[in-house]
Amino acid sequence: MLNTHKPLPTHQLFSNQSSSTSQVLALEASIILKYLLLWRSRQAAVQLTSLLCRVRQMLKKRLVKLVVNFLFYFRTDEAEPIGALLLEHCRITKEEENVFSISFIEEPERKYCFECDSEEQCQEWIEALKRASYEFMRRSLIFYRNEIQKMTGKDPLEQYGISEEARFQLATRKQ
Amino acid sequence: MKLNERSLAFYATCDSPADNAGFLYKRGERHTAYHRRWFVLKGNMLFYFEERESREPVGVIVLEGCTVELCDSAEEFAFAIRFGGTKSRTYVLAAESQAAMESWVKSLSRASFDYMRLVVRELEKQLEEMRWGPAAGRPCCRHAPAAWKPQPSGPEQSPERLPALPAVPPKENGCAVWNNAPGTDRLPDTTSCDGSDDDTNPRPPPLPPRRRASGGEPGSTGAATTESSSSFYRLHERYGREVARLRQEWLKRQRDHQP
Repeated sequence: MLNTHKPLPTHQLFSNQSSSTSQVLALEASIILKYLLLWRSRQAAVQLTSLLCRVRQMLKKRLVKLVVNFLFYFRTDEAEPIGALLLEHCRITKEEENVFSISFIEEPERKYCFECDSEEQCQEWIEALKRASYEFMRRSLIFYRNEIQKMTGKDPLEQYGISEEARFQLATRKQ
Repeated sequence: MKLNERSLAFYATCDSPADNAGFLYKRGERHTAYHRRWFVLKGNMLFYFEERESREPVGVIVLEGCTVELCDSAEEFAFAIRFGGTKSRTYVLAAESQAAMESWVKSLSRASFDYMRLVVRELEKQLEEMRWGPAAGRPCCRHAPAAWKPQPSGPEQSPERLPALPAVPPKENGCAVWNNAPGTDRLPDTTSCDGSDDDTNPRPPPLPPRRRASGGEPGSTGAATTESSSSFYRLHERYGREVARLRQEWLKRQRDHQP
């Protein structure tokens, strides 16, 4: 999907590297991600939106589902996802009308393009995807923590006993 | 299933600080031998490398929908990451000391996206309550163009809570925060509450954290509300005008009743 390569065999993952390490990594991740999808489907009503994706210069209809910081995509008539995109260190850009793209920091020229039914839907997805990363949530948390501390003089995380957790620290974070 | 594993590998190896890192022994899937691997926890993903110097991880465990628990094992300091479902596996890991084991169990059990979201929502709520909470008597100024101040009593009682704003159907992801201006990752400083604004050129009021329409269960989908800053601004302006009008009427009534 969303690239100009010729179709790859299903066991190979779409990437320019074909090192066995990458394959193992992705295969391992696949199993867990499929579980994640299943687990989430049981938890809440399945929300899928069908969007058009640019695949090898053609537009193909795909169902996409955003689950935590992963964007899953499916063929419209299949229950198993074709693939997933990890949404960390990525950039969501509005392209032309009704279209947005996702690109990744380590490969900025490669864009995954999605066409929506309406401008409104497009904006919705852009907003949702921008907020979808774990790192974004972490920054928000640090921000709120800081704000509350400034206003009250108290660290709001103390009551939960998590003040010292590495993941909530301000000083060590690179923005 | 396809995956952008380059992005995964990048996330694992980029210089953003890890939430935990260290050597752990990982029990093999088929054989019960343990292999020493270098583990790196970032966000909700636990990556592991063959060696500490390896440039790419050999595996990743996405820490969603799992439980982390101590486990009985011949190996000392062992713990397990357990996923439900008939087909998913359990990862048995062992640390090199009691302290390391405790540290890992703690950081892994708090690694999920859901947990982070829960804490963020909680702080958002606290912040919201501090700004909008019992509004009567609060000295906080709002810079609406109508230039009104909340009064403690009288007919011009300011509305203390805005009605819930309509939410769009949730997209199951992270939570809303302040500034989503494209390209800027910095969150704006919104604590300035000074009254020194120029009335002829008022700033729009600072945005409160976005409201969520969800039921509040931890596993529920987060509502990514997309009301824009302009709609909040309009709403705020509308209330401001209404209060100013009420105040005018009250003043007029006062004047009319003066002897």
